[in-house]
Amino acid sequence: MKSAVLVFPGSNREGDVARALHMVSGVKPAMVWHADTALPQGTDLVVLPGGFSYGDYLRCGAIAARAPIMEAVRAHAARGGLVLGICNGFQILCESGLLPGVLVRNARLRFICREALLKVERNDTPFTRRYARGAIVRYPVAHGEGNYTADAATLKRLEEDGRVLFRYVMPDGHRDDAQVLNGAANSIAGIVSEKLNVLGLMPHPENHVDPLVGPTDGRALFESIVGALEKA
Amino acid sequence: MIPSEPKITPELVAEHGLKPDEYERILTLIGREPTFTELGIFSAMWNEHCSYKSSRLHLRGLPTKAPWVIQGPGENAGVIDIGDGKAAVFKMESHNHPSYIEPYQGAGTGVGGILRDVFTMGARPIAALNALRFGDPKHPRTRHLVGGVVAGIGGYGNSFGVPTVGGLVGFHTRYDGNNLVNAMAVGLADADKIFYAKATGVGLPVVYLGSKTGRDGIHGATMASAEFGEGAEEKRPTVQVGDPFAEKLLLEACLEIMEAGCVVAIQDMGAAGLTCSAVEMGAKGDLGIELDLDKLPCRETGMSAYEMMLSESQERMLMVIAPGKEEQAEAIFLKWGLDFAIVGYTTDTLRFVVRHKGEIKADLPIKELGDEAPLYDRPWVETPKQQRVDPASLDITATIPGALERLIGSPDFASKRWIWEQYDHLILNNTVQRPGGDAAVVRVEDGPKGLAMTCDVTPRYCEADPFEGGKQAVAEAWRNLTAVGARPLALTDNLNFGNPEKPEIMGQLVGCLRGIGAAALELDFPVVSGNVSLYNETNGRGILPTPTIGGVGVLDDIEKMATLDFKANGETILVLGATTGWLGQSAFLSEILDREDGAPPPVDLPLERKTGDLVRGLINDGLVTAVHDVSDGGLLVALTEMALASGIGANLAAPPPDMNPFAFWFGEDQARYIVTVENSAKALVLRRAELAGIPVAKLGTTGGDRLHIAGERPIVVDALRERHEAWLPIYMGAGLM
Repeated sequence: MKSAVLVFPGSNREGDVARALHMVSGVKPAMVWHADTALPQGTDLVVLPGGFSYGDYLRCGAIAARAPIMEAVRAHAARGGLVLGICNGFQILCESGLLPGVLVRNARLRFICREALLKVERNDTPFTRRYARGAIVRYPVAHGEGNYTADAATLKRLEEDGRVLFRYVMPDGHRDDAQVLNGAANSIAGIVSEKLNVLGLMPHPENHVDPLVGPTDGRALFESIVGALEKA
Repeated sequence: MIPSEPKITPELVAEHGLKPDEYERILTLIGREPTFTELGIFSAMWNEHCSYKSSRLHLRGLPTKAPWVIQGPGENAGVIDIGDGKAAVFKMESHNHPSYIEPYQGAGTGVGGILRDVFTMGARPIAALNALRFGDPKHPRTRHLVGGVVAGIGGYGNSFGVPTVGGLVGFHTRYDGNNLVNAMAVGLADADKIFYAKATGVGLPVVYLGSKTGRDGIHGATMASAEFGEGAEEKRPTVQVGDPFAEKLLLEACLEIMEAGCVVAIQDMGAAGLTCSAVEMGAKGDLGIELDLDKLPCRETGMSAYEMMLSESQERMLMVIAPGKEEQAEAIFLKWGLDFAIVGYTTDTLRFVVRHKGEIKADLPIKELGDEAPLYDRPWVETPKQQRVDPASLDITATIPGALERLIGSPDFASKRWIWEQYDHLILNNTVQRPGGDAAVVRVEDGPKGLAMTCDVTPRYCEADPFEGGKQAVAEAWRNLTAVGARPLALTDNLNFGNPEKPEIMGQLVGCLRGIGAAALELDFPVVSGNVSLYNETNGRGILPTPTIGGVGVLDDIEKMATLDFKANGETILVLGATTGWLGQSAFLSEILDREDGAPPPVDLPLERKTGDLVRGLINDGLVTAVHDVSDGGLLVALTEMALASGIGANLAAPPPDMNPFAFWFGEDQARYIVTVENSAKALVLRRAELAGIPVAKLGTTGGDRLHIAGERPIVVDALRERHEAWLPIYMGAGLM
């Protein structure tokens, strides 16, 4: 598996996700600078990591979405290549039009770093094939602007097409949109593109991969990707 | 706006925070009247914050050496050897005054400043901590300060990308109008690749890197060296504005040009900005520095030499670049989008010369600017000793469970989750022990080593007996590191006191320093860096003396790390160390009986060491399942914290009949740890304690969903948790999320 992790000025979880990919796949990803215009030859997976690209002083991800490297990412996605955007990466994917909707400030206006419970809504995607359908997993969140929102028609379409891949749930496994930690519409934590090859999610699977540090629920996401690419 | 060259008058000298005799000293030193720019430079170099003129004499008594100390006080941060060719680089620094005036930016730039201190030395920051003291929750400004300071710390650290893993938060009316923000950072470097401020080589380029210089923060260090009166808010323009994004770029660029071998000397521009950094680089290297301010990257037009020399704009560095490496260094900085300008050269004249628009604005002897700063042996008086509190003399109407319920939900003991959930404490994926334990533990690279870190001090103790209080702050930090299984290695101190010109305040500073020194020596826990913050007074009333201790220790194998949560039902709960029922200056007296009096608990340092060594050995040998140090709040609060962390209750025996039960459960005797043991290990643990000569007592057994002391009303753990978690979110008006 050949993966590329994009590095924007202000990215700060690029090392975490590179380490997780290395740990799970045995291969170190290429680190690709925002000002580059091409991905390394034969890239299978592009990762947009967490952080505060360009300081996020404008709308989160808005400047990064216009970085030179993003043309190559769009082309990769159009070819059906896998793209994973985590946290700031999800924000960038939305700003660049690769995923619908937008991430606005958390409903309570504060940054939140804590473990969140998520429901894996389907397991027939390249990102979730190693999870059971409906599995409840724990990933941490760490964001100030993770409140997913979109117009009613978009939300309806996402739901009808089954493109909500991860949803925040309460300890009993049910969603509660009134209590959701950041105010996200329909308790949405992560969505996929129509062709299921582009995933954006706010929580951090890359921070739950190592038993020496904490829970390991995030590992299966990376194993899924490795498995999907091997199969392909 | 300040006119470019006003006439030097006694009023102008006073406005610069310089006393008449200090001004005389300047005249003698340079043999003429200083220019306006020179006056500004002297005020920056000779204020309390930069010169340590009141504390220097007494700081000399601190132990700073050990075989593992690579760099002690005097550099940007302390450096210790942690083995395997790696070094930990750390320091704590206050941003008290700015955080009161403008909490978000004041706290944020405090974090930025300490991170910069660490990466200036070539270390990548791997953890941040902070010790916060706010006024009475009922004070009208407290809520605003808590909200702003916490958001500011999070806003900076989260964006920069360092995990904020621990710290402490306390409330007391003596911090009304003068809250404390002490920020600590810990970095990791190769032990043989540490960078210093000392410049070497004549005629080498002095390079300015980072953000542009603006008019923010002018006289920040002078402001931080004065008391507050009414209208402190008017000083807002002296507070700097932080840009964590620029700092993150500066970090990456600095580490990259260090790696490329371009750097001879490096100094960040912190307090007193360009002045302090340039003078330090020259003075430490026995070199002169000549600056050409026409080359300085400025954010605003029309800035005077005076303003440029005193600006405290953030995210800036000064470096001396190795010969022939200018182009390579510049390319790295341009890649990161940062300013890079050659602003001067090193010289062999030992003069600090500043040119602007064809004029010499300053020409001063560089060594004397630092070395000849005033040094005061200020008069001080010893704090009068207080009597020991006799529990029998107390009129207590509370019950034991009732007192526990109140304590655990009180501002000082209530959960600080609302705060630390606003800090990204997981980034870098090395946080092995998250906030809420005795010490935070961060894995070193891929392990198995880990660094443990903590911040501690009990200001009530320091106020009642500065010497014992100083000892206790060090002992508690040492104990917290021990309680997770780490070997304590070294400490950084952040000394927050009132006005040192008052003999009783100076007496607190002297007493605390002697206590810190005694404990650091006895526990082999040297001081490697620190910061002094004086004049923490508002309208003539000083804060509680608060010498915050930041401790760092090492775990050889993080898999052996101990945590404080009960692990299983049916385990034996032991307390190691003697319980005498010491209630003087306890949280129980303060919170339940509303009195803060009596002598604080004495710290027996050799006993502290013996007890800690025993506990560390037990952890290392896997003989204990949970460990928690006993600090303020005493045994019952410590037990409750162990229950809350696990959801497992405990059945506890009644106290010995000869002891007042309140004194037993809430007394704050030092050098104690609570441990749990499986039944199979019990005999061995008792034997080890006996061999070490440490008293051990069985408190009870884990199990169930409540805390039940024989003969008292049982309390459901979940109900305690509700109280524990409720106070802060409700106080901040945030609901229960």
